[in-house]
Amino acid sequence: MKYIDEYRDGRLAKDIALQITAAANPAHSYHFMEFCGGHTHAISRYGLEDLLPSNVRMIHGPGCPVCVLPIGRIDAAIALAMRPEITLCTYGDLMRVPGSNGSSLLKAKAAGGDIRMVYSTLDALRIAEAEPDREVVFFAIGFETTTPPTALALRFAIDKGLRNFSIFCNHVLTPAAIQNILESPDVRKLGTVKIDGFIGPAHVSTVIGTEPYEFFAEEFQKPVVVAGFEPLDVIQAILMLVRQVNDGRHEVENQYIRAVTAFGNEKAQAEVANFFELRESFEWRGLGEVPYGALRLRPQYAIYDAEKRFGMVTPAAKDNPACECGAILRGVKKPADCKLFGTVCTPDTPMGSCMVSSEGACAAHWTYGRFREHAKAREAGRAVA
Amino acid sequence: MCLAIPVQVKEVLPDNMAKVTLDGVSKVISTALVDDVKPGDYVVLHVGYALAKIDPEETERTLALIREAALGDAA
Repeated sequence: MKYIDEYRDGRLAKDIALQITAAANPAHSYHFMEFCGGHTHAISRYGLEDLLPSNVRMIHGPGCPVCVLPIGRIDAAIALAMRPEITLCTYGDLMRVPGSNGSSLLKAKAAGGDIRMVYSTLDALRIAEAEPDREVVFFAIGFETTTPPTALALRFAIDKGLRNFSIFCNHVLTPAAIQNILESPDVRKLGTVKIDGFIGPAHVSTVIGTEPYEFFAEEFQKPVVVAGFEPLDVIQAILMLVRQVNDGRHEVENQYIRAVTAFGNEKAQAEVANFFELRESFEWRGLGEVPYGALRLRPQYAIYDAEKRFGMVTPAAKDNPACECGAILRGVKKPADCKLFGTVCTPDTPMGSCMVSSEGACAAHWTYGRFREHAKAREAGRAVA
Repeated sequence: MCLAIPVQVKEVLPDNMAKVTLDGVSKVISTALVDDVKPGDYVVLHVGYALAKIDPEETERTLALIREAALGDAA
């Protein structure tokens, strides 16, 4: 496949890994956080960690919108979907996210809720057009990549005069979350990890560009390399980060220059700005309340805002106390450190959100990482024997 | 969730829509967020929308840089 296979050349990846080993100062350790779940997935799937020297460690960040959605928002969506007049449309990723007391949208659907999985906001609009007697609510979630499609859906709904379409808005913002990882009060509670640099989001950056990270690189003196999601993209970005750390630089560099520009997709940004405004505060699972970390509909579009239209309330709901998603999302703990991992919590029966989406740190570790760890442990055992 | 894939535009359709293909799999997507989409272009597809065009020259440049990086100081 063009523009995919070229970036999966294992021999080249190994050669770049050798350059990373040569460049990394053995007297130092390097800790880089990949913010995006897409990078976490690539690192696990292609075994990139195995190629890296032991003093270069990757920390999996909170960049999976499904994983950071708090339980209360799932409960609110389930309550809405159980109302007889409502059809709730949602991306497939959300169907199995656990709500309170073992509930999920999938179980709510089995219990009679009219919940439909859609691939695109365009599908939700088609349903609203075809079934004018139903109240069609789109459960909108995602970072800056997924927000412009929601904005366009609103534009289409307005243009077509659809009166039975609304949005349950849970869109979140990347730069605010990165900032929160470094400076929120929770850092004191959960502990913190050393972070020497970030791999910046791939597709989020096609929309927002590399410019929003400039302030952040400057303010926190951390290098950021925006990188694509293929294995060669990621490993090249790690080499670029090692070099920045060695040089004492903290710049924003763009590895994913084939799709990302400095200022991003300004047409998409304009659509988003037209329909959405910042929420002063929004709860993220694992990060707590993140100031200006999410979007809501502007007041003039209140009739399209499901929260207002249907008087939705977000109940306060707590995660399972044994679930370590919070610490894992911050990179403080690894999936295998959680007592629930691989016992009661698996991709078939997820307890926490990190296990739900294939881009979550726990799901990626379950699918790809754990076998490698066993193999390594066996190898080490043999060496000792 | 933010996974997106490069697909090739086969046909530009009315109302900012386009027919795209990925290894023979066809799909109709919205190109309302990207200007001047032409048949033959590659776009980044995410939840039914093209988010960005892929720049063929920058692609070549990135691959050249990756090959150079793999050779290290010898390059």
